Formats: sequence, C-alpha cells, structure tokens
Amino acid sequence: MQIYLPIAEVSVNAFLLLGLGGLVGILSGMFGVGGGFLLTPLLFFIGIPPAVAVATQSNQIVASSISGVLAHFRRKTVDLKMGVVLLIGGLVGAGAGVQIFALLTRLGQVDLAVQLCYVVFLGVIGGLMLIESLKALKRSRIPGGAPPPKRRHIGWIHGLPFKMRFRTSGLYISAIPPLVVGLLVGILAAVMGVGGGFIMVPAMIYLLGMPTKVVVGTSLFQIIFVTGFATIMHATTNYTVDMVLALLLIVGGVIGAQIGTTIGVKMKAEQLRILLALMVLGVCGKIALDLLLYPNDLYSLAEVIQ
Amino acid sequence: MIRRLAILLAALVAFATPAMAERVVAGLSRDAISITTNFEGSEILIFGAVSREAPAPEGAPLEVIITVEGPSRPVTVRRKERRFGIWVNTDAADVDSAPTFYAVASTSPMAIALTQTEDLRHRISIPRAIRAVGVDVGDLSNFTDALIRLRMDDRLYQLNEGAVTLRDETLFDTSIRLPANLTEGDYRTRIFLTRDGEVIDAFETDIAVRKVGLERLIYNLAHQQPLVYGILSLIIAIAAGWGASAAFRFLRS
Repeated sequence: MQIYLPIAEVSVNAFLLLGLGGLVGILSGMFGVGGGFLLTPLLFFIGIPPAVAVATQSNQIVASSISGVLAHFRRKTVDLKMGVVLLIGGLVGAGAGVQIFALLTRLGQVDLAVQLCYVVFLGVIGGLMLIESLKALKRSRIPGGAPPPKRRHIGWIHGLPFKMRFRTSGLYISAIPPLVVGLLVGILAAVMGVGGGFIMVPAMIYLLGMPTKVVVGTSLFQIIFVTGFATIMHATTNYTVDMVLALLLIVGGVIGAQIGTTIGVKMKAEQLRILLALMVLGVCGKIALDLLLYPNDLYSLAEVIQ
Repeated sequence: MIRRLAILLAALVAFATPAMAERVVAGLSRDAISITTNFEGSEILIFGAVSREAPAPEGAPLEVIITVEGPSRPVTVRRKERRFGIWVNTDAADVDSAPTFYAVASTSPMAIALTQTEDLRHRISIPRAIRAVGVDVGDLSNFTDALIRLRMDDRLYQLNEGAVTLRDETLFDTSIRLPANLTEGDYRTRIFLTRDGEVIDAFETDIAVRKVGLERLIYNLAHQQPLVYGILSLIIAIAAGWGASAAFRFLRS
C-alpha cells in the first residue's frame, strides 16, 4: 500500500515503514538505544530526504522510548536521579551541537563529518563492548561458580567533588562525570541526528559503572527528553517533521519496543551486549565501506533549503 | 462596400497565410492533479490537432514536440574525490534553477525535430531547461550532465523521442507519466509544431498540481503553526508510546 508523505513529498510503502519502525522498536526495547543510528541510514536508503528523515525519526524515538521506559518503570529499573543529571548535560550539549551542525553545514562538509562520527564512535564503542562482553561470557562459562564481574571504577572519578547518592544504581559518585557524559552525548546526538543511546549506554556501564539492568531504563528516560527537544527544534526551524511518516514508524515502533523489552528481560546481560556490539559494528562497517569504496556515483544532488 | 471588405479580407488572409499556415489546437486529459494520501503518480494524456486553412505544405514533414515542466528550484550538485583514502565531497556547483520535473516527448529524434537556435530560443530540450549561470567551476557541463542523469534515473526528467503519434499530419497525442514524488506547483505544458526544425506555432497551458485534504492540512499546519505542529507530533508520540505500553500490559494480564 503506497502512501504519500506530505512533508517528505515522496510516496512510499506503508508496510515497509511499519516494518522498519517495528525492527527499530525491538532494538530500542532490548538495548535501551533509540535506534536512530540504524533508522536514519535506513530511511535515507528508501528515499526519504535526509533532513526529513533525521527530524522525523527523533519524533519516532520519543514514542518508542516512552513505550519502553514505562515497562522499565514498572520493574523499577530507572534511576530517575541519574537520568535528570544526564539530561541537564544532554540538553546543554544538544544546544551546542545544533550550532556545530550549522557551522559544518556552512562549510559544506556536514555529510563527511556525520559519516566520520558514525565510523569512529560506532567502531570504538562496538569494538570495546564486544571484547568486554566476550570476556565476561567466557568468565561465566567457567564451571564451579563464575567469579562476579568486577566493576571497574575509574579511580580519579571518586576524587571529584559534588558527590551524590544514586540509590537505584547503588552508586555514590560525583555529579560531574554524568553531567559531562550527558553533555558530550548531547553534542554528538545533535550532530549525528540520533538519540545517542548507543553512546550513552556504554558510557554509563564503563565510565559510570552503573548496573546494566538500570542502564537501559535510565538511558531511555533521558533519550525521551533529548529527542523531544530535537523534534520541536526541527519542526520550528526547518519544518522537516513528517507527521504521517512519524505515525507509521511509531505504530511499528511501539509494538516492537514491547516485544524487545520482553526479549531483553529473558536474555543475559552479556549476550545482550554482544548482540548490540555486533549490530553497532555492522552499521560502522557499512558506513566505512561507503567512504572507502569507489562510489556508485561521484555526483550527488542536494536540494537548496529556501 | 461588401466587395471592398472581401478584397481586404482576402488580402489579409493571403498576407497572414505564410506565418499562420498551421496552428495547434490542443487539450489535456486533466488540467489539475490532486495529491492525496494514496497518490501513486499520475498519467496525463495530451492530445490535439493541427488546424490549417490551406493544404499542408510540401517538403519537410510536420513535427510535434510536447514538454511538461514542473516548478524550478535551485539545486547543488556535489562531486566526490578521493582524499586521504576516503571519498569526500570536494567540488560543488550551484544550479540556479532546475525544473523539479521535466518531460519532453516528440514525433522524431530531437536533432531532426528542432534546430539548435530554436532550442536556445524556446528552451525546449532538457539541458536548455536548466539554468546555471555564474558558477565558478571549470567543468560545469559535467555537473549539469550529472544533474540530468541523476534526475533521469528517478524518472523526474524524461526524454521520449518518438512518443508523440501524429496521424495524417493533423491529429497528435502522447501520454506523460508523472511520478509520485511530485513537487507542488503549476506544471507548464507546451506544444510546439516544427517544420525543418523551425517552430511554426506553439501552445501553452498549465496543469495545477496540488496537495488536497489531509495532505494539505498537515502541510499547512507544519508551515504556518510550526510550534503547534511540533507539540502535536510529540503528543501523538507520547500517546502512542503510552497506549502501546498499556495495551501490552492488558494483553499479558
């Protein structure tokens, strides 16, 4: 069933959009990532103009994240206090990121910057996660009682002032690291046009030392507000949020998120992380190939925004 | 008196005949296209007749060229080059004005149906329909060629030589397929009659392409009340997220 999108001004198959939304929703529920890093390139691929794709998927991520976070709230796996601290950093970062994005657009290198960001961050994060998770999995397979995974707290983090108690995470650390993590993720999120969950989740696990179960819900909680803010920004400055496209992605996405949350609960944390790492590396590899291989066409068109 | 008038009329006809020997009378299957939610593109039939007061002149055969042109927009064409091992956009050319849609159909190959001069004057062929001035890239033609090639791949630019059927040098018709990803606006439709590559008559009309109904409503809201639109989008997202969560909880219990 073809459907004409009023803002994107293209006609696409409605079931294809529902399917894409569902796929990304499952990931969102399982891993606590918004799925933007996967959805944005997929939307480009089916012919949605990039500006519309980036703006609209931020709206879609709001919906799937809410659907996911409610499930986590019921299981009490959301650290609200940590979420708010991350969010404060995130909103400031997103504001700065929008300015950096505008600067890169003026220089005409925004595509390259976004692609390089994807390759570098997805590659580093995916690689680190994969190595760490494989080690953890190996440890847990040792018969006769696996040693509990050691939480690696980075020493100097404990020396910082403004210590806060995050009960749900079982942490007593300074508020500065989460603020900085939020800020950096916010910048990247705005520049790369994603929610930032795929950076946030590993940062929370490895930098802040939060337990994996709490990380997913807290990340979703924070993503809702950052992407909600982005939606309003895009709608008022670029008029690029397509409500019809968003609705189709949302319907697929919210259903997918519920399924994903159920799958996520049943799986071991290590397996979950290995899967996410593989997926992140897959997307990274695809984008890296695009940069390295001889392009299909040396020329590309860009509509001039009026 | 009557005789004098008759002489005058005859003189007028005799005088006017060489210039106005053949005129085009044309029609379209539709003069408006509505973009609805299930819009999948559209086909328009363009037909007409050649009216003439005298028998068709001998010599070069009559040719018909039909163009349909969407609203023009500026566009940037970028070219990639290998730098430090990766492919980077390096050069760019701004085309001031390129039609978002352009279709040319003719009875014969364009080279036969039209001379270069006439093409330049009426801007009929696809390369002539694109306007790129004041661009400081050495090989501009590579960029405009790329623009035409990319848009032809998307069926946004079409060249259908021989797609116009002409019967008895009088009745002609063709159909032009408009793709689904149309830009709103007035689509200028032109019909040219040529002999020996010279344009002897032309006809011009507009096809109005407009979004209607829900499409119109959403588009207007997004542009006139962007804040309301953004908040509304968020409300839909929140409601859908909460609704799905509640529905699944209900299903499980």
